[in-house]
Amino acid sequence: MKVLDRKLFRDLWKIKGQVAAIALVIVSGVATFTMFISTMNSLNLTRGRFYKDYRFAEVFASLKRAPESLKNRIAEIPGVNQVETRVVADVKLNVRNFSEPVTAKIVSVPESVASPLNGIYIRRGRLVDPWKENEAVVGEPFAEAHGFNPGDTLDAVINGKWKKLTIVGIALSPEFVLQVRPGAISPDYKRYAILWMGRRALGTAYDMEGAFNDVTLTLDAGAKLDDILIQLDGLLERYGGLGSYGRKDQISHRYLTEEFRQLETSATIFPIIFIAVSAFLINVVISRTISTQREQIAALKAFGYSNRDIGIHYLKLVMVIVFLGVAGGLTVGAWLGHSLANLYIEFYRFPYLMYKLQPSVAIAATLIVTISAIAGNLLSIRKAAKLPPAEAMRPEPPTKYRKSFVESLGLWHLLSQPAKIIVRNIERRPIKSFLSVTGIALACAIMMAGTFFDDAVDFMVAVQFKLSQKEDMAVTFVEPTSVKALFELKRMKGIQHAEPFRTVPARLRFQHRSYRTSIQGVPPESHLHVLLDTDLKPTSPPPDGVVLTDYLGDLLAVKPGDRLTIEILEGSRPVRQVPVVSLMPQYIGLNAYMDLSALNRLMREGEAISGAYLTTDSLYQQEIYEELIEMPRVVGTVVRKDEIKNFYETQAEFLLFFTFVASLLAGVIAFGVVYNSARIALAERSRELASLRVLGYTRAEISYIFLGELALLTLAAIPLGFLIGKGICIYLAKAIESDLFRLPVVVEPGTYSLAATVVVVSAFLSGLIVRHRLDHLDLVAVLKTKE
Amino acid sequence: MDSEMEEENIGNAEGAENSIFKVRDLTKVYKMGEVKVHALRGVNLELYSAELVVLLGPSGSGKSTLLNILGGLDTATSGEVVYQGRNLTQASEQELTEYRRFHIGFVFQFYNLIPSLTALENVAVVTEIAKKPMAPEDALEIVGLGERLDHFPAQLSGGEQQRVAIARAVAKNPEVLLCDEPTGALDFTTGVVVLEALEQVNRKLGTTTVIITHNADIAGMADRVIRLSNGLISGIVRNPSKKSPREMRW
Repeated sequence: MKVLDRKLFRDLWKIKGQVAAIALVIVSGVATFTMFISTMNSLNLTRGRFYKDYRFAEVFASLKRAPESLKNRIAEIPGVNQVETRVVADVKLNVRNFSEPVTAKIVSVPESVASPLNGIYIRRGRLVDPWKENEAVVGEPFAEAHGFNPGDTLDAVINGKWKKLTIVGIALSPEFVLQVRPGAISPDYKRYAILWMGRRALGTAYDMEGAFNDVTLTLDAGAKLDDILIQLDGLLERYGGLGSYGRKDQISHRYLTEEFRQLETSATIFPIIFIAVSAFLINVVISRTISTQREQIAALKAFGYSNRDIGIHYLKLVMVIVFLGVAGGLTVGAWLGHSLANLYIEFYRFPYLMYKLQPSVAIAATLIVTISAIAGNLLSIRKAAKLPPAEAMRPEPPTKYRKSFVESLGLWHLLSQPAKIIVRNIERRPIKSFLSVTGIALACAIMMAGTFFDDAVDFMVAVQFKLSQKEDMAVTFVEPTSVKALFELKRMKGIQHAEPFRTVPARLRFQHRSYRTSIQGVPPESHLHVLLDTDLKPTSPPPDGVVLTDYLGDLLAVKPGDRLTIEILEGSRPVRQVPVVSLMPQYIGLNAYMDLSALNRLMREGEAISGAYLTTDSLYQQEIYEELIEMPRVVGTVVRKDEIKNFYETQAEFLLFFTFVASLLAGVIAFGVVYNSARIALAERSRELASLRVLGYTRAEISYIFLGELALLTLAAIPLGFLIGKGICIYLAKAIESDLFRLPVVVEPGTYSLAATVVVVSAFLSGLIVRHRLDHLDLVAVLKTKE
Repeated sequence: MDSEMEEENIGNAEGAENSIFKVRDLTKVYKMGEVKVHALRGVNLELYSAELVVLLGPSGSGKSTLLNILGGLDTATSGEVVYQGRNLTQASEQELTEYRRFHIGFVFQFYNLIPSLTALENVAVVTEIAKKPMAPEDALEIVGLGERLDHFPAQLSGGEQQRVAIARAVAKNPEVLLCDEPTGALDFTTGVVVLEALEQVNRKLGTTTVIITHNADIAGMADRVIRLSNGLISGIVRNPSKKSPREMRW
């Protein structure tokens, strides 16, 4: 088939513009797929390696205090491989040249040996010296944020006492790949740190010599996690155990796993759109090519080429375009994947990145594109192959025109002649027109889907932080204290308003389902930390009973009226039955709320509080910080404004990346569809348009007729695009919802207009390119050729 | 009709030993939308090896249909066509393809060259799949286009394109050459050149040649002239002496 192959390449070269446009759409699809999947695989691979190399534990539990001897009994639980006991505490830090409150979690490391579990990767410096009391290893993100180096010092309030710590090493750990303060929505490297100190030093500071308040385990292969958790809880209960959990619920691991889910979702939906559009475009081009080559096909068949030979010839045409797209797509995808993975490393702190484009990804991408391209064109190619040679030599019957739909509406007389041509032409091939409109609509939809996260996140933040959490600061005490502490805070200069809260860790159970979370007790007339009803209006907690986040209600399958079993994991650890009063919408976390007094009654304790929400006069901000840091009972302070600012800062780069990529991709589709339609339409109708020119129509007028049709299709595509886009946003929001957060389906007017703009501009640009050809129609040549 | 020509009876078998085609009671009906068209209504015919036959008749007489069926491009509704002992009317799709590949060369009114291939490549596309073809260059030499091998159809005149088509048809050394209005799209002078090429191929290579035309003047170059009218053969005449294309006028 050598000569036929030459025909193949020359045919493709003749329509190189269209081939390029289609290949670009395939490139986009393959690149998106490759980017998301390779990033996910690479992060997964990196995580697996890091966990393995640094012996990340499989079971975690915190408790109040237990003697070291309990360790042996824990080790005897069937299925337990290794046990490590630790001392873990929350502390306040004072960072030079940084006036805002900083909190940290300190984790003990054994003195003379490397930790059996949860090892730390020392980036710079060294581990702590067993004989030095005040040495600490600092987490890398915090050190970077403040420019710490080994040798620098740091002031910390450890169990109420100021200590000057010397930083001896900068490290990362598999336990803290994502460093998020409990209750926060994103990492805050400036205001939350992880520190490691020697076990002896920390034990002494917290009166934990020969005792521990945190334990981690690894399991034997095949061990049953649930059984071990139950047994561990049984052992820890009398020591104030807060409930054990497996690795999959460990917060850092959890966040990363959710991220993978999001990547996988994106890897499915976006490429599908591109591949569908490219199959459509290839079909349009191939059908056109085949129909213009009817006589050539007939001649080849007359000379003894079989149906199979003809079929394979046109299949090769499809495959060349596919190959160009796949090759380009894999290359671009690998590069994009690398960039995205590096962006993720900012968030998820691995000491290294193992970026890998696995062959299975390349193979999957190639297969998917090839199969859809072939499937989309099988019918046309079969038709060509089976074309009886005698029939193929007869010219194609003239295009059927009939009275159009618009005519039947009685509006025909309102249209000018050129407009009539436009309308009849669109109605002439309704399916093709509809598919073109859909193609352009998909471009609009992709643009919307790419930028809707921005809107959703804005709304989420607005609901959470402007309607619900209105405090300037949240102050947490070391342990639940009497309400008198509130008055102490109120007396401080610059505090405008203070409201107490109580947070109690609990396991909620309904029938066979359970979930471990905290119950928040809020005062009835709360202004600062407001509960919202389904209409997002402020509401008070019920005098008795509990209010749950709607997603938590779904998870536990409870409805208002059901009785929930609450196992308190603190203090006297009471177990109570409490009615569910209502479910409320919340986007972040899963929470349970009760009236503060009701919660205290549940606990059978007096009026105790865990902390307070404050509004402050900004003039006194600095003094307030300084006072708070000196207060021994205060273990942490969070400033709302900072949290929001930090959230946006960390998200900003990601959002920019995705918006940029989404715009590019949307543009590629819109351009591809319009350009292809235009080029083919031009080829089909140059005779007709040339005739009009001969009759005296100007270039502008025939442009209007020709491009007017494309403009009409583009404009029709936009509302359809909005519809499809909204649908995709709903799908995405649903696909990534989890107990960590849920995205509201909010699409701002700005997103709609941006999507429409990108589509219109791309269509306009391709229209311009085709217009150039239209202006240079060689009238004589076009009119001479046989129809 | 010229008095020098002799009227011949329909159905008279002559030189049955070198008969290449035997056509018996051939009919072809096809549908054009709602209408049934009876293109052939029972044709009986024999074609002999190495002869040059002109199929004459007005448009709609069934000439192209008969040619297409002889060439295995179309199938009969009823009747029989036997080519050298093989029954074409009962042949499968694959068998017809093979038949066309190795035994038949076609020349069409509108040349049907492949525009993206050069003259040489247009011939090579056929020799590549033939059993014992001649070299493409030689075929083009026969039709006098040895100098235009690397030109694309767009760079050739109508007559030159038709000659490339003839070269393409003969390059595979077919036993039969079927030409459907080969000069239909050409002016007189060019037409003569094309007919000369066909006549030369028939004489030098001994290829059985069938030429369809509605132009009675061309009939002078044939061994026999078969007239078709309304789907039936209305007369077969033997030319006692053949005119060369140069001697013809139309």
